[in-house]
Amino acid sequence: MNRLLKTREIWLALAILAVIVLVTLRFPRFSQPSNLLTIFNDTSILMMLALGQMAVILTRSIDLSMASNLALTGMIVAMTNAAFPMIPIPLLIAGCIVVGAVLGGFNGILVWKLDIPPIVVTLGTLTIFRGLVFVISGGAWVNAAQMSTEFIQLQRGSFLGLPILSWFAIVVAGLVYVLMTRTPLGRAFYAIGVNPTASVYTGIDVGRTKFLAFVLSGAISGLCGYLWISRYVIASVEVAGGYELTIVAACVIGGVSIAGGIGTVAGALLGALFLGVVNNALPVIGVSPFWQMAISGAAILLAVVLNARGERSRGRVILKKAEGAA
Amino acid sequence: MSRPDANSPSLQGGGRHGADGSVSGRNKAMTDIPANGRRLPDRLDNPLKSAVLSWESLLVLVALGIFVANSFASPYFLNAWSLSDLTFNFTEKALIALAMALVIITGEIDLSVASIIALASTLMGLALQYGADTPTLVAVGVGVGILCGAFNGFLVTGLKLPSIVVTIGTMSLFRGIAFIILGDQSFKGYPRDFAWFGQGYVWWVISFEMVLFAVFAVIFYVLLHHTVFGRRVYAIGNNATAAQFSGVRVDRIKFVLFCLTGLMSGIAAVLLTARLGSTRPSIAQGFELEVITMVVLGGVSILGGAGSIVGVVLAALIIGLVTFGLGLLNVPGIVMSIFTGTLLIVVIALPILYRMWKERRT
Amino acid sequence: MTEPILTLSGISKSFPGVRALHDVSLELYPGEVTALIGENGAGKSTLVKVMTGIYQPDAGEIRVGGRAVSLPTAISASNAGITAIHQETVLFDELSVAENIYLGHAPCNRLGLIDWKTMRREAQATLDSMAAGIDADMPLKELGIAKKHLVAVARALSVDAQVVIMDEPTAALSQKEIEELYVLVELLKQDGKAILFISHKFDEIYRIADRYTVFRDGEMVGKGFIRDTPQGEIVRMMVGRAVDQIFPERTAAIGETVLEVTGLSHPTEFENVSFSVKKGEILGFYGLVGAGRSEVMQAVFGMTRPSAGTMVLDGKAIAPRSPADAVAAGIVYVPEERGKQGVITGEPIFKNVSLPSLDKTSRAGFLRLAEEFALARTYTERLDLRASSLSQNVSTLSGGNQQKVVIAKWLATLPRVIILDEPTKGIDIGSKAAVHGFMAELVAQGLSVIMVSSELPEVLGMSDRVVVMREGLVVDTLDNKDLRPETLVRLAAGIVEVEAA
Repeated sequence: MNRLLKTREIWLALAILAVIVLVTLRFPRFSQPSNLLTIFNDTSILMMLALGQMAVILTRSIDLSMASNLALTGMIVAMTNAAFPMIPIPLLIAGCIVVGAVLGGFNGILVWKLDIPPIVVTLGTLTIFRGLVFVISGGAWVNAAQMSTEFIQLQRGSFLGLPILSWFAIVVAGLVYVLMTRTPLGRAFYAIGVNPTASVYTGIDVGRTKFLAFVLSGAISGLCGYLWISRYVIASVEVAGGYELTIVAACVIGGVSIAGGIGTVAGALLGALFLGVVNNALPVIGVSPFWQMAISGAAILLAVVLNARGERSRGRVILKKAEGAA
Repeated sequence: MSRPDANSPSLQGGGRHGADGSVSGRNKAMTDIPANGRRLPDRLDNPLKSAVLSWESLLVLVALGIFVANSFASPYFLNAWSLSDLTFNFTEKALIALAMALVIITGEIDLSVASIIALASTLMGLALQYGADTPTLVAVGVGVGILCGAFNGFLVTGLKLPSIVVTIGTMSLFRGIAFIILGDQSFKGYPRDFAWFGQGYVWWVISFEMVLFAVFAVIFYVLLHHTVFGRRVYAIGNNATAAQFSGVRVDRIKFVLFCLTGLMSGIAAVLLTARLGSTRPSIAQGFELEVITMVVLGGVSILGGAGSIVGVVLAALIIGLVTFGLGLLNVPGIVMSIFTGTLLIVVIALPILYRMWKERRT
Repeated sequence: MTEPILTLSGISKSFPGVRALHDVSLELYPGEVTALIGENGAGKSTLVKVMTGIYQPDAGEIRVGGRAVSLPTAISASNAGITAIHQETVLFDELSVAENIYLGHAPCNRLGLIDWKTMRREAQATLDSMAAGIDADMPLKELGIAKKHLVAVARALSVDAQVVIMDEPTAALSQKEIEELYVLVELLKQDGKAILFISHKFDEIYRIADRYTVFRDGEMVGKGFIRDTPQGEIVRMMVGRAVDQIFPERTAAIGETVLEVTGLSHPTEFENVSFSVKKGEILGFYGLVGAGRSEVMQAVFGMTRPSAGTMVLDGKAIAPRSPADAVAAGIVYVPEERGKQGVITGEPIFKNVSLPSLDKTSRAGFLRLAEEFALARTYTERLDLRASSLSQNVSTLSGGNQQKVVIAKWLATLPRVIILDEPTKGIDIGSKAAVHGFMAELVAQGLSVIMVSSELPEVLGMSDRVVVMREGLVVDTLDNKDLRPETLVRLAAGIVEVEAA
C-alpha cells in the first residue's frame, strides 16, 4: 500500500513538474526561483486548509464550512485589531486558532453527539458562519487603514529567504505530519476511515475522533483567517467566498479518498500545489482568468478517475496463472 | 433418507403429504388457511405510515408557525399578490429539489445543479445572439440541462466514480465553461414572450412558475410513490447490492436520475433567466446548497433509502416563507441564510434530541 | 480443580421486543477450550458482545480472575484481558500488519509519539513465534483470509489476553488452514489462555473442545465435558428434540438438459468451466472456499462478465449482461451473503418478495399493492415464513426466515433454473430441513437446481450429480451414486493420498 501511495504522489509531483516545464518552454521566467517561491507562498493558505480538510475526509466526513469559518475568524480578529491595536499579534493569532477550533468543535459536537451526517451539519454552519460575519460587522469592511501596522507587517517579513506565510505552511504541514504518522489520534483518523466498526473494538472512540478532526480543521481555518485577512488586507463578508469546494478539490487531486481512510500529507500538499501552479500559470501563458474554473473542474474529474483506478480491487484472483500477473 | 415428518413445515400451503407420497393442495387460492393455522396479515398497524407522517406533520407545524409569525411581523405579508411573489422565491429551486430528492434517496448527490443552470442560461443567451426564437430558447435550455445531467450520469454509472466528487468537478467545469463564453459580460434582451415563463401569471395571482411547480410536484409524487420506478429507487437507496442481485438495473436507473436533475435544472434555467431577463455566468450561485437544504429538511435521509415528495414540497415552502418573510423585513440575504442554516440543523436535531430525552427518562 | 478465569452469572439482556439473554451463566477455564453451541438466534453473539463490552447487561455479574468487573466499553474488555476473533476479520485493510496488531496499544516513546521501530520488531517477533510466515510491514489487504485470522490471533497475543473468543473462525478457511488454526489453538491453550470457541460444526467441536455450553432461546440449557457427552445429546439440548440429519427423498423425474454452459472463463477467477443441468435435477457444486464456485455462478447470473464461453438455456443461446437479463431468461440466484446481497433489510417482507416481479404485479408502471401482497402471501406461506405480518421489516427476521424471503422472492418469478449459494449457511437445524425440503419440492415441480455448498453431508444428501472445482477449474463431474466423501475431499483439495476425514 505504501508503495502504491508513493506512486500516486510521485505521479502528481511529476504532473506539477510537467506543467512547470511546459510553461517555462514558452515563458522562461516562470521557473525562476523567485516566481516558484511566489507560487508556493500564494498557495500556502490552500495547502494548510487542504491538510485540515484531509483530516476530516479521512474520518469519512466532510467539512464544507472551512471557508466560512475562515471569514468569520478573520473578521473577528480584524475588528479586534481595529478596536484594540495594542493587543500583541501572537495573542491575536492564538485567539484565531481558538475561535476557529471552537467553531470547528461546534460542527464536531453535532456529528459526535447527535450523529447528524457531516455534510448536513457543515451545509448548515457554512451559511450560519458566513451570515454571522455580516451580523458582527454590520456589512462593513475592515480595510488596511484600520488595521494596525504590526497586523499587516507580519506578512511582509521573511525568514531565511522565505516569506513568513510560507513558514506558517511549512510548520503546519510538519505538525500535521507528525500528528498523522506518530500519534495515536492521527492513526485513529485512518483507522475509523478504513473500518469504523473494528475501530471500536480497538478502543477508539469514533465519535470523539471525528469531533477532534473537526476541531483540527476549524483551528486551521481560524489560523488561515488571520493569514488571509492580513495578506489581502481586507476583511469582508465575501472573503474566501466559494472557497470550500476548492479545498475539497485540492484534497481530491491529492489522492485523498472521499470514502475515508486513504490520504497522505504529501498528497494534500501536492494537490493544493497543483491548483496553485495551474492558477499561476494561466495569466502567464495569457489564458484569461475565466478559464481557471473550467480547468480546475477538469483537473478534479481527471484526478477522480485516476484515484478510482488505483483504489478499485481487481476482483478475486483465483486462477493460479493469474496470480503472477496480478 | 426419510420423508419429512408431519410436524415439519409443509410446502403445500395447505396440502399435505399423503401416506402414499402423493401431494395435494398445490397452488392453493390465497384465502385458504395453511395447515399450521397461521395466515400472514398484510399489516399489523401502520407503523411505517405514521413514522413518515410524523416528519411531515412536524414540517406542517413549522410552516404554519412561520406563516403566522410572518403575518405578525409584517403588514405586507397577508395579501394575495404578496403571497404570489413568495412563490417566485423558491419555485425554481424547488423544481430541482424534486429531482434531487430521488438522487439523494439512491444514496448519490448532485452538487452541479446550479452550474448546470449557469451553463444552460449562458447557452440560451448565446442562442439569443444568433436570433433564436422562444421555443428554440426553451429547447436549448432544457436540452443543455439534460446533456449535462447525462454527462454526470455517465461518470457516476459508466466509470463508477463517487458522485460527490464528480459533481464537485462538473460544478466547476460547467460554470467554468459559462465563464469562458461570457467572461464578465452578460446577455440581455430576451423576448417578451420568453419572459412570460418567469414573470407571467396564469390566472389572477397564480404565476406560471407556481403552476409548473405544482404540476411537476404531482408528477414526481406519483413517480416516486406509485410507480415501479419509484419502488426501485427506494430499493437502490436501501441496499444497492441486494437490489442489483434482485434484477434491478441500478446503473440505468441512476443514470436516468442524473438526467432528471439535469432536466429540472434546465427548466429552472429557463424560468430563472426569463424572470431575471438577463444571463451572467454567476447566475444561481449557491443554489445547489439551498436545493439540498430543501431536500434534507424535507425528511430525505442523506444516507439514502428514505424520504417523500410531500416533505420536500413542505420544506421548500418553509424555506420560501422564511426568506420571503425576512425579505419583507429588509433583512439582507446573507443574514437570511443564517436562518435557513439554523433551521436545517434544528429540524434534523429535534427528533434525535427528543429520542435521547425520552431514553434518559426511562 | 482449577478456578475459572472468567465467570458470567445471571446475565440478562433485552432489546425492545426481544429477550436476547436470560439469566445466563458461563465459566471459562484457563488452558481449556469451551465450545459455545446453539442455533442462530440462541443468543451467542449477544453474549460475545456483552463479554467484549459492546453491550451492557441488564442484570448479572462478570468476574475476571475472581474479581467482579464492569465492561462499559470495548477497551475496558480489552484491558480486562478479553479479546475476540470474529468471522469477518475486524481489521484494517489499509494499514500494515504491525499496526493492525498494535492499534490502540501502540508502543510510545517518552514524548507520547508512536515508536514504529519497536512496534515492527515486536510484531514480527509475535508472528514468528506463531510460525505465521507473515512480514509485519506488509499491508493487511495483501493477505488471504486465513493469514488475516493469524494476524487477529497475533493481536490477541499482543494484548496478553487471558480470554480469547473465537466466533466461527473456520467459516471461510480451507481444510489445510483449519488444521493450522487448530495448532494455533493448542499454542494458546499451552499459554494458559481460556478459549471460547463458537462453531456449528460438530466435527470441529469434538476435535478441539474440552468443555461445552449449550444455549437455546437466550438461556443456558446445558454444559459439561465433551468427552462425557455424545453428539446426539448436545443436539437435543440445542434443538429441544431429537433430530437426525435426514434429507428429503427426491422423487423427481430427471429430464432433458435445461442449461448448458461451455468453456466459461474469466481473466482472474475461473477458466474453461463446463457443466449442464437437467430438468428436475439438483446439481451440487463442491469445492473448498475460494475455489471459484460463487464466481462462476455470478457470471452465469450476469453479475460479472465472462471473457469467454457460451450458455444455452432451453436450446437458446443466452448471454446475460446483468441480473435483470438472467432473471428474464429464467435463471435466478440466491446469494451467499443474505444480509448484504439477498434481502433489503430496510424494507418490509412484501416489498422484498415482490421486487423482481414488479412488472407482473403492476399495471402500466403503476404499483398495485393488493397484487403485491397477494404474491408475497402466496410464496411466503408456501415456505412457512414465521413473521407477524407481511409488512414486518426483514431486518427483524431470523437468518432462516430471511433466507425464506429470498427464496420466495425468486420462486415468484417462476424460474427455470435456481442457483443456491450455500443455502443453509448459518441457519438453524429446523430451517435447514425446511430449505432442503422445498429444494426437493422444487425439482419435483420441474425446476432445475444448482446448489453450491461446502458442507459434505448436504452435497452428498441432496445432489444428483456433483461438480468439483478447485482453484478456478472444474476437476471432475460425478454421479452421486455410492459417492464417498473422501473422493470429494480428495478432488477438492487436490491431494493424492486420502487423509482421514
